[in-house]
Amino acid sequence: MAEFEPQIVAFCCNWCTYAAADLAGTSRVHYPPNVKIVRVMCSGMVNPIYILKAFEGGADGVLVAGCHHSDCHYIDGPVKCDTTIDSLRKVLHVLGLEDERLRRELVAASEGVVFARIIKEMVEQLKKLGPSPFKVRMEALA
Amino acid sequence: MNLEDIIQKTKTYYCLECGKCTSLCPVARYDASFSPRQMIENALLGFGDELLFDKELFSCLTCYTCQQRCPSDIDFPVFVQQARSLAQDNGQHGVCAHSGQLQSLQRLMTSPAIKQKRLEWLSKEYRVSEDGDVLLWVGCAPYFAPIFEDIKFNALDITKASLKTLNLLGIEPRLLPNEKCCGHDALWTGDIETFKKLAEYNAAQIKEAGVKKIVFSCPEGYRTFKLDYPNYVDLRCEVQHISEFLAEQIGQNGVKLKEIKKKVTYQDPCRLGRHLGVYDAPRKVLQSIPGIELVEMRHSGLDSICCGTSAFTNCDSYSNMLRAERLCEATETGAELLITACPKCQTHFRCAMTDKGEEHRSTPKIDILDLTNLVADAIEKGR
Repeated sequence: MAEFEPQIVAFCCNWCTYAAADLAGTSRVHYPPNVKIVRVMCSGMVNPIYILKAFEGGADGVLVAGCHHSDCHYIDGPVKCDTTIDSLRKVLHVLGLEDERLRRELVAASEGVVFARIIKEMVEQLKKLGPSPFKVRMEALA
Repeated sequence: MNLEDIIQKTKTYYCLECGKCTSLCPVARYDASFSPRQMIENALLGFGDELLFDKELFSCLTCYTCQQRCPSDIDFPVFVQQARSLAQDNGQHGVCAHSGQLQSLQRLMTSPAIKQKRLEWLSKEYRVSEDGDVLLWVGCAPYFAPIFEDIKFNALDITKASLKTLNLLGIEPRLLPNEKCCGHDALWTGDIETFKKLAEYNAAQIKEAGVKKIVFSCPEGYRTFKLDYPNYVDLRCEVQHISEFLAEQIGQNGVKLKEIKKKVTYQDPCRLGRHLGVYDAPRKVLQSIPGIELVEMRHSGLDSICCGTSAFTNCDSYSNMLRAERLCEATETGAELLITACPKCQTHFRCAMTDKGEEHRSTPKIDILDLTNLVADAIEKGR
């Protein structure tokens, strides 16, 4: 059987992390192709439903990454994002989802290497964890 | 199922067009474009699209006020429920409150592979049994607790109080470690597929546990188990709301309650009151606590006004107006405490009182507490 390839959905802020991902590309820094990036204007606009829908759609892990707290274009987006993620993490914990499957990171526009490292780490972790428990339903439906 | 089947099933063809439903409807009082009578007419005259693609279909609170007064005894809430299911098939979902995360959680919960950690709040001070006959249904409380932290509402307080009360009455209930959402919200937003999966799973769990009686601290779960599950699954089990259970138990076994000197008023949850006809049990429990003076609001019992949202759909400014109206009625009684028996009533009222938006500036503030919290306090101190 082929090795399990996790699917990651990454919500990246337009100003920092998306640029970092771009930088990783232009500087030829390699990272696994398991990630699907969704560009959002600010990490603060990431609503819990975006993350839940990603899991519903079969994601094995979700990354929410944006500017450092002092860099936000909209002043306090990362603070808002932290609150959302903290609350959702508790909900997903009750639901029995492993904490590692939802990751919150701060990546500045100049940190292309950091972005690549995070994706590598996450793919390794998710490979150990195996497919998301919510996927069972998805496959049963197919 | 098509619209014709729904009409046949709910007997809406008996409609006399008297309009009592619309004149009584709490939503129609604020939202002029919402009319239960019109919705029935649309269905009967064959304007199915106008019914199914209208956003108002999801505005109905399914609070049963209309059905209570309908001379033809048309079950409008069930008509709405079925029409919503048809609308869902056509891609209409209504506007889900909290961006739909509660509905999403229900869908995620249908996965057979999840292992929930829903009893982590359970500490040693509570006594639970491994093989008793009575089951305490925990329901959504462990999920509501983190979601509604911002409005300072911990639904688990209600579960803990229920458990404590049962313990003090000498009952050690069972708790299911992997029970799933009862599916109430899925059913009432028309997501029958999710509801069926959850119902089948829960029925199997309960059958395996072999309990004889389930006690609910949430009227929505109670309603779903009592009236909706029998239509989908085989559940041979007695179900009871905690207020009914307490009304039976208090006054027996030499239970003494300590005096709590407070003037309180009681909000009838729609699911407990009009859906299931339980009006007296919670009042009996309240009045059995010495020192409690129960004053009724202008609309109470059968005429009680809903807390403004059901199944977390279409929570809009009209819902907020309804909430403000109800909270005004509560404060007008001069009561210092508003007692309710439903975690969702409490969520919605607390939300209205915490919200700092423009439309909430004039919303009156009143302390709000669940019936079980008050009883747990009284019994504990009385021992």
